[in-house]
Amino acid sequence: MATNPGSLLAEQFDDLDQQREADRLGMWIFLATELLLFGGLFTGYFAYRAWYAYDFEAASRHLNVLIGAINTVVLLASSLTMALAVHAARSPSPYPLPRGGEGRVRESGRRLPLFLALTALLGLAFLVFKAVEYYTDYRDNLVPGTSHFDPAEWTSLEPPVNPARVQLFLMFYYIMTGIHAVHLTVGIGLVGWLLARAVRGPIPPEGYAPVEVIGLYWHFVDIVWIFLLPLLYLSGRHSLQDLHF
Amino acid sequence: MDERITSPTTYWVVFAVLMGLTVLTVGGSFLELGEWHIVVGLAIAVVKAVLVILFFMHLLHASRLNWLVAGAGLFWFGILLVLTLTDYLTRHWQAY
Repeated sequence: MATNPGSLLAEQFDDLDQQREADRLGMWIFLATELLLFGGLFTGYFAYRAWYAYDFEAASRHLNVLIGAINTVVLLASSLTMALAVHAARSPSPYPLPRGGEGRVRESGRRLPLFLALTALLGLAFLVFKAVEYYTDYRDNLVPGTSHFDPAEWTSLEPPVNPARVQLFLMFYYIMTGIHAVHLTVGIGLVGWLLARAVRGPIPPEGYAPVEVIGLYWHFVDIVWIFLLPLLYLSGRHSLQDLHF
Repeated sequence: MDERITSPTTYWVVFAVLMGLTVLTVGGSFLELGEWHIVVGLAIAVVKAVLVILFFMHLLHASRLNWLVAGAGLFWFGILLVLTLTDYLTRHWQAY
């Protein structure tokens, strides 16, 4: 595996620093477009949350806040492991020089594959919890437009909640968390690709740009969830009985 | 390498703060805050997002061009949100 910077430098760039800066800028611009996507969804949610505050709060109380909280912790931990992976890719690992050789001291060692694997595993854990949560939503009659939604359950509350507005909230919930989960799946695939590369042959510290750039994407997906949590799950007041699977 | 490399200690400290803020935001939803639930939740979420952006995404040590792109994206989202809400929040003939 070549460690000379010449093989990493693409033709159009003067040096590796410029190439790295271009990689980073490209990803930041892409993340700005992702903000367009999620921004539209969030704005729609904000508008209806302002109009139907009471009904949205009532519906929000029924979402599984325990799994939402667990998923938040899982994603934050995965951001930590991703940041540590980027750090492992940038810094030479403290391996002793093998006798007579000198190239190996600049490799990223075992830490990079370890942190990448942890990141991917935590991402998968999030998806598993999400699937369990979708099942509990199905079980708790929170699927709009199907037989697993009972309007009478909402109109019988005191004061009555408008079931059509509850269905609107639930549509926002499923679509926003669903699109987030799709983004997370893509992120897990990218991290898996990095992991395969790192395992097949060590990535030289000069070539850490792909790790950082995929890290930026991963952190963005985490930030989207950071906002989804209070908006969807913590909109209304909870009691201790709400903590269940 | 060019710019400063953030140390793992910084990452762990930021992670600990993020965990604390998560406990705060979830715990806060069990208190009697009335209509302030969402405000408090969003304020804490903004702090968490800023921490992730500055430290995990290295924006603190990044070039001004990256700051510009991040700022432009946020500014755009601000326009979308504020101008849309000036419409939706002033339609008083809708039944709230």
